[in-house]
Amino acid sequence: MTVADIVSILNARVLCGENRLDRTVHSAFCSDLMSDVLAFVNEKTVLITGIINPQVIRTAEMLDIRCLIFVRGKEPGEQVLSQAKELGITVLTTGDAAFTTCGKLYQAGLRGVAIEWPESEDET
Amino acid sequence: MSMVHQVYPVAADDFTRAGEASADIKRRLKQLGVSSAVLRRVAVASYEVELNLVIHSDGGELTLNVDQDGVHLISKDVGPGIPDIDQAMREGYSTANEEARSMGFGAGMGLPNMKRNADQFAIESQVGKGTTIEMTFKLA
Ligand SMILES: Nc1ncnc2c1ncn2[C@@H]1O[C@H](COP(=O)(O)OP(=O)(O)OP(=O)(O)O)[C@@H](O)[C@H]1O
Ligand SMILES: [Mg+2]
Repeated sequence: MTVADIVSILNARVLCGENRLDRTVHSAFCSDLMSDVLAFVNEKTVLITGIINPQVIRTAEMLDIRCLIFVRGKEPGEQVLSQAKELGITVLTTGDAAFTTCGKLYQAGLRGVAIEWPESEDET
Repeated sequence: MSMVHQVYPVAADDFTRAGEASADIKRRLKQLGVSSAVLRRVAVASYEVELNLVIHSDGGELTLNVDQDGVHLISKDVGPGIPDIDQAMREGYSTANEEARSMGFGAGMGLPNMKRNADQFAIESQVGKGTTIEMTFKLA
């Protein structure tokens, strides 16, 4: 699936990075918890989130996330968008809430990232 | 590979600059030709430890050293220290305040994330004095 496909499936608005819509997305992850994102996301993953502060861009930068989808019509400030632009990250916003956003993409064939986390030592 | 030594001061509660040190560390290591797999693990651990300095500490510094053995990250702060390290290391344990939570932090996954991504992880803390975390990432 490409970012352009996502735009049309979600009827999303492109806030920046419209010149990179041909990029392929392999999987998706949806969370408002940056540490969960940092634990599970790998390359070519699209991040679906309701967090629109600068930390979400930093998190994306750390993980080489190339596409962000903000839900419930949320739009970040100018500073966040220019930071995203600088890093070559495509930012979309959709009117749907997270559940519906994920449902539409899942139905279209996109799947979640594989969750790999070691069993903690004190669990039996 | 050439030696690198960089010290980044990290201010408490400065959310606008939080992550700048880690972004710079990632850039530098990329320039040095560190593989993307290692780069990614360093970036995640570095960002987590830097955010902890911002959110939980009274200020401190993050140090990057690169030598033949690999990449070393050292986080050192001036307090308040962690009373129970075992508890702090547990997934889901967090004392993050509302401000930090509203920005997507406070899952209690930072320290477990660091431990998982680093090849070596050591944490030392004294209440009233501060916390030191040392992580090593092998280059090969
Ligand atoms: N440098 C520090 N100084 C004092 N306390 C710390 C420090 N780093 C971590 N802690 C304590 O350890 C707890 C767990 O840290 P951890 O990074 O795992 O989770 P978190 O920061 O609360 O949430 P997350 O990292 O998932 O956003 C913190 O909530 C805090 O109580
Ligand atoms: Mg943390």
